[in-house]
Amino acid sequence: MFKLEKRPQPSKLFAYLTPLLAILATMFAGGLLFMVLGYNPLEAIRTIFWDPLFGEFAFYYRPQLLVKGGPLILIAIGLSLGFRAGIWNIGAEGQYIVGAICGAAVGLAFYPMEAWFIFPLMVIAGAFGGWAWAMIPALLKVRFQTNEILVSLMLVYVAEQLLASMSLGLLKNPDGHGFPGSRNLKDYPSAFNDEIITGSGMHWGVLTAFIAVIFAYILLNRHMLGFSIRLTGEAPRAAKFSSVNPTRLVLFCLGMSGLLAGLAGLFEVSGPSGQISIDFNTGYGFTAIIVAFLGRLHPVGILFAGLLMALTYIGGEMAQGTLGLPAAAIQLFQGMLLFFLLAVDLLTNYRLKRVRKEAV
Amino acid sequence: MDLSAINPALLLASLLVAATPILLAGIGELVVERAGVLNLGVEGMMITGAICGFMMTIITGSPALGFVFAALGGAALSLLFAILTQYALANQVASGLALTLFGLGLSSMLGQEYVGLKPPSTPKLDIPLLSDIPFLGTVLFNHDIIVYIGIALVAAVWATLKYTRVGLILRAVGENHDAAHALGYKVVRIRVLAIMFGGACAGLGGAYFSLIRVPQWTEGMTAGAGWIALALVVFASWKPWRVLLGAWLFGGVTVLQLNFQAAGVAIPVEYLSMSPYIITIVVLVIMSADKSRAPASLGRIFHASS
Repeated sequence: MFKLEKRPQPSKLFAYLTPLLAILATMFAGGLLFMVLGYNPLEAIRTIFWDPLFGEFAFYYRPQLLVKGGPLILIAIGLSLGFRAGIWNIGAEGQYIVGAICGAAVGLAFYPMEAWFIFPLMVIAGAFGGWAWAMIPALLKVRFQTNEILVSLMLVYVAEQLLASMSLGLLKNPDGHGFPGSRNLKDYPSAFNDEIITGSGMHWGVLTAFIAVIFAYILLNRHMLGFSIRLTGEAPRAAKFSSVNPTRLVLFCLGMSGLLAGLAGLFEVSGPSGQISIDFNTGYGFTAIIVAFLGRLHPVGILFAGLLMALTYIGGEMAQGTLGLPAAAIQLFQGMLLFFLLAVDLLTNYRLKRVRKEAV
Repeated sequence: MDLSAINPALLLASLLVAATPILLAGIGELVVERAGVLNLGVEGMMITGAICGFMMTIITGSPALGFVFAALGGAALSLLFAILTQYALANQVASGLALTLFGLGLSSMLGQEYVGLKPPSTPKLDIPLLSDIPFLGTVLFNHDIIVYIGIALVAAVWATLKYTRVGLILRAVGENHDAAHALGYKVVRIRVLAIMFGGACAGLGGAYFSLIRVPQWTEGMTAGAGWIALALVVFASWKPWRVLLGAWLFGGVTVLQLNFQAAGVAIPVEYLSMSPYIITIVVLVIMSADKSRAPASLGRIFHASS
């Protein structure tokens, strides 16, 4: 018989090892899943994890890694701050949408003027939109102790309706022959979030994501506020005694994650996506939750986790094209990853101990 | 705009129908939370129930079998959550989210070949005499059996929690799991059973969407109903009858906004569609002033050390 015994200290070794274990377990279980669906498991796994990086058409797919990874990392960094302190912002998808709407609206308001200041203004508007949307659950939590999980999530559905309303009404392209969707910002140089280095996939959003990683690292390791966040998550009672201000913490964590999600939305709408449309949002806000956990809520971990998750997106699309693997299989795969991660995380805080049956 | 086209009897009747899925999922989640477990995976279990029930009904042609299978599907999925939180001692919030993400993926994968099909309709329970009463007959006595099962379930949960030994043990586990453990109750086993009951109820609620309310299969068709069910439990301050009241309130808002859409009210459709979610937030704010009713061990991890 085995018995669980709580470790006096969380294991450092397993903290690094568990994400890898989870990935391996997911690959194995995913392979089984693909086999049941009637695909060659090895071929499917290779198409998803190997071909986008080293396959024949890798030159096309490698930049996509940054394009898809950028928003995931940006959102996940913001979420991880709150998750560490036990503040659960589940509505990043909504903040992402509202950020995109606000940013695009500012850009479109200036159309067709060309000026250097338009894009920076859009960035500010996008950040503000996401921040303001996240302030709703934050203020309600601070003032009325309303559950931020439910409120932020409900606001995702509200934001989706707002998006539909915008792309059919206020922001609809007047020259679009009645089709829903805004003007394409790709045709508007002052508002277009172009690649910084052509062909690399590196646009301003990706750069912002990298900067966010660095700032989050400094915040959590070198700054008093970061210490308060960690303390609140790891020892709530100690935090109470050491004058951590919970109101400020809630406002900061939710506001920051909303701001970053809003930025991600703005960079997406002004770059890879190009326009506000009904199906603009693709679930980055929810996948970022998996990214945050997979990165163990650590900035550097999130960087790698974001790139890995981007890989499954790209590989999934490839497998869809070449093997006919259903798109939902990848979604399932990502969900499975989170399951395994949470399960093997047990080994960080507990150890298995062998016990012999003996008379008590 | 022609509001006189809205028939109050039909409105109230469809209110009962619209309330049923969140009522089922809500009463299931209430039991789970009274046992001290916060399962945020209701949305995932509902959508899984929706597709499981739909598949079974298409294959066998029997909605009854479909509903049974939906409950089994929801319970099976919730078992994953139970293993994660009760045996692997994982964080309940994160595990619940994982369950929802996984359930959404699983359902759209299972449902690929079922898009656009039409299930055999579930017969209405035409109660003779009673359903002929003007107004009341249409409102109360002309529904499918699931509507009544939902209400009966609320009564059963209420009576069980209040008057039976099982209910007392369940509540003890939810209020103070250490004390319950010291008294010799199997905390983990009781919680696993409660979680599975919640899963089965959510599955039934989901199948109500795909088999009766819509009736069709589309990806993500529950559209946040699972989350509204979670809000319902908070709204109800963890009391069974209030879940019924809340479900009717939300059902009423849903039906009313649909009727407004049909009647061509001057508010854009998108803003009307937002209203159930916004009302949920408003109600949450009003109700969250009083937290004292929440089970004391809600969301806390139990590990019997030595």
